[in-house]
Amino acid sequence: MVLLTLMAAITVGVVRLRNLFAVVVLGGIYSFLMASVMIVLDAVDVAMTEASVGAGVSTVLMLGTLYLTKTEETRPAHTPLLPLVVAGITGIALVYGSFALPPFGVADAPIHMHVAPYYLENSLRDTLVPNVVTSVLASYRGYDTLGETAVIFTAGIAVLMLLKGRRDVKPGPKRKRVRR
Amino acid sequence: MTVFAAASIAVLVALFLAVVRALKGPTVFDRVLAGNSIGTGAIMLLALFGFLTERPEFLDIGILYALLNIIGTLAVLKFFRHGDLSHPGGEEPSEN
Repeated sequence: MVLLTLMAAITVGVVRLRNLFAVVVLGGIYSFLMASVMIVLDAVDVAMTEASVGAGVSTVLMLGTLYLTKTEETRPAHTPLLPLVVAGITGIALVYGSFALPPFGVADAPIHMHVAPYYLENSLRDTLVPNVVTSVLASYRGYDTLGETAVIFTAGIAVLMLLKGRRDVKPGPKRKRVRR
Repeated sequence: MTVFAAASIAVLVALFLAVVRALKGPTVFDRVLAGNSIGTGAIMLLALFGFLTERPEFLDIGILYALLNIIGTLAVLKFFRHGDLSHPGGEEPSEN
């Protein structure tokens, strides 16, 4: 709860600040707080992804983008009233929808009734992989994961090509490798 | 157990103070430093929460967080020093 309050404060700061460099730093802070919330919710793997992608790689990529653009945000050309109303209505709808969710951590929630028992019982025999999550990701949903990896690889290549666009101005050795 | 709970609350307070500094910070360096200490505080919170729920395996994830924290801070500092992430760095007279 405290962490969520801090995250809300950070979000307000991100919206209000005009210096994009400070916004990048605040984004990293937001990701670390989000990862802490994930850990408290017992989703350690999601927290690890959030920390590595949000706090690590996103900061680096945003800084590379700042090098290509200016570091001050221009004033918006129109009033933010209509976007605020739309965002507020969406938020209310989401909160209303969350009332229908089962309580946190209940064992007989619908998501635990579908295929999860089958995976838990048969994944070792089917795939010979001791970790159930790994077997689901890499074997049962192998093609799905392959497609995801292809998409992310393509996006990574595109981002690297964009970021090294000024190589001709300032030649140098290889830039620092950014790994996901 | 009580010790871990009290320490967690203390770390939360420290996180709050760091967030206040990151939001108010007059210079960018204050924000960078606050971001770094928030990363450290998150690691502390992670380790304490692991012991609080009697799963000290969370320490491994804490080590990973520490590595990521270093990457972020290094990128920020390199951006300041050279204004460019692809700069080779290394030996260079400090004229700026």
